Amino acid sequence: MADHNMNAAAYWSANLRYITISLIVWALVSYGFAILLRPWLAGINVGGTDLGFWFAQQGSIITFIAIIFIYAWKMNKLDKKFGVEE
Amino acid sequence: MSQFAINLLFVGASFALYIGIAIWARAGSTKEFYVAGGGVNPITNGMATAADWMSAASFISMAGLIAAGGYANSTFLMGWTGGYVLLAMLLAPYLRKFGKFTVPDFIGDRFYSRGARITAVVCLIIMSVTYVIGQMTGAGVAFSRFLEVSSAAGIWIAAGVVFIYAVFGGMKGITYTQVAQYVVLIIAYTIPAVFISLQLTNNPIPMFGMFSTHTESGVPLLVKLNEIVRELGFQDYTADVDNKLNMVLFTLSLMIGTAGLPHVIIRFFTVPKVADARWSAGWTLVFIALLYLTAPAVASMARLNLLTTIYPDGPTAAALDYAERPDWIKNWEQTGLISWTDKNNDGRIQLYNESPNFAATAEARGWAGNELTVNNDILVLANPEIANLPGWVVGLIAAGGIAAALSTAAGLLLAISSAISHDLIKKTINPQISEKGEMLAARISMAGAILLATYLGLNPPGFAAQVVALAFGIAAATLFPALMMGIFSKRVNSTGAIAGMIVGLVVTLVYIFTYLGWFFVPGTNMLPNTPENWLFGSTGYGISPLSFGAVGAIINFIVAFAVSSVTAPPPKEIQELVESVRYPKGAGAAVDH
Repeated sequence: MADHNMNAAAYWSANLRYITISLIVWALVSYGFAILLRPWLAGINVGGTDLGFWFAQQGSIITFIAIIFIYAWKMNKLDKKFGVEE
Repeated sequence: MSQFAINLLFVGASFALYIGIAIWARAGSTKEFYVAGGGVNPITNGMATAADWMSAASFISMAGLIAAGGYANSTFLMGWTGGYVLLAMLLAPYLRKFGKFTVPDFIGDRFYSRGARITAVVCLIIMSVTYVIGQMTGAGVAFSRFLEVSSAAGIWIAAGVVFIYAVFGGMKGITYTQVAQYVVLIIAYTIPAVFISLQLTNNPIPMFGMFSTHTESGVPLLVKLNEIVRELGFQDYTADVDNKLNMVLFTLSLMIGTAGLPHVIIRFFTVPKVADARWSAGWTLVFIALLYLTAPAVASMARLNLLTTIYPDGPTAAALDYAERPDWIKNWEQTGLISWTDKNNDGRIQLYNESPNFAATAEARGWAGNELTVNNDILVLANPEIANLPGWVVGLIAAGGIAAALSTAAGLLLAISSAISHDLIKKTINPQISEKGEMLAARISMAGAILLATYLGLNPPGFAAQVVALAFGIAAATLFPALMMGIFSKRVNSTGAIAGMIVGLVVTLVYIFTYLGWFFVPGTNMLPNTPENWLFGSTGYGISPLSFGAVGAIINFIVAFAVSSVTAPPPKEIQELVESVRYPKGAGAAVDH
């Protein structure tokens, strides 16, 4: 039982770590690149405008998709590693 | 064949398809009625969720909003997609593991309290009912424009179709009709966009065309658009926003609100496993992105098309002669969504920004005011006509707009009716009710919810237009924090959660009502809704009432933790429940409670 609890705690903290990293990327592309950091990225030209504009209208959405699939894939591996998969 | 006959054919064929699916997918048990039996493929569910989520607002209004606001309205694009990241990691897998039927179900069990369940039901009903009004009126508008019936008749027809598949099929019928509706709406949205992108940039993919060279002028499309709008006194299409705090908070409110919408969350109860819930969220966003990545391209291209139509020889040369206006302007003038008044009596159409900075230039050009008003909503609907596409594309747009409205309406109606039949009747008023009795109660609640939605669609209260502020604000400030704390904290107890939800709800509503009027009654607002009067307005970083949901959510979290920390921790079995939702093993069994 003690072993089970330790495993459970390790599984959950690994999940929390994945979530934290994912949310940092999530915030960086949307609130960062697309909004707050846009003036600093103004020098990078994308199709007649700047990188921040591209992130606001395209890049953040594409990154969101990548985040979810990577998270789902990592969690599936984690489920198997800890034997909690269905 | 006349355009009317084509439209009738497309809309009629799509309705026949939905009803056919309804007959095939009848619900035989409450599990089928509430969660489609729990056996929906994650990709299928992704498609259904995309249709469930993308409403008349996404299909019809969003591109128009972006066209008008340019960069500043990117908030809708990020806000309405970023919520799925939160849903995929913070809510969906654990709520799927919990394995019950409704959102208040989790809140009621996790916070071991009838009060928490009822609070969640009340929040759910307020936000879902407001939201459904917009879908009914949206369907009415689409009917009246394309099928030459009155808007009221359109709403009755829409309600009748939803009635057939939602009352008999429940979630099962809704799921498979939503898949069909997704296919209809995405084809309808994409085809005109591809043609317009080809015409303007030679690039068949709109999301790339938007950043390509405008073939006619040889400069990048967005540079060309910036040049034209600048000449007409508007700010640059790609211009940055000064009040970044408000932009961040508005985007955050939309994201948290999206993740907290019950009609979206319950769709993830229909997949077989926890892992499927995670994948399904990813697929949902893929299907949503097909429209959301195209929308900004439609926005910029439609705005450029409109302005080059009005100013064929550039904004500094003579504008379009009203007598020579294209057919699509004539068509939409009849609906009142485009109107023209010749203020300087030159018989030409002047469209520009009447700002003080531009007044001198306008006067020098002999302009006496902006003469053309164009409703944002027509951009998508008129797109095929603007690009001179064949009649069948117009018919497709009609079917697509109606599909977007119906699919969202059905999802909302299910969220409302299951909260009534399951949370109020089965879990609160009459726990002894039989499976058969609950099933009947579910069907009656659904029929009642449809009648209510129809009534409100026919007699929309004045606040219907404020639906974004209200539905997203409430979802962000109440349900999302409660659900998240229920999963990620074992310490938050019943008193804390209820206090958090109520304070979050009240503070958000009071802030919205302060600027938009008490219960949206015009004239009852205590402060004018202008940036200077918003909270922190004097600093130039005011928080708009639309952006306040995120603040409400933060307040909810703080209150819930503070109250919980001075009251007793949740009982042991509740802490074990929290523990169990965190691990996927056993979800298949959990649903057969």
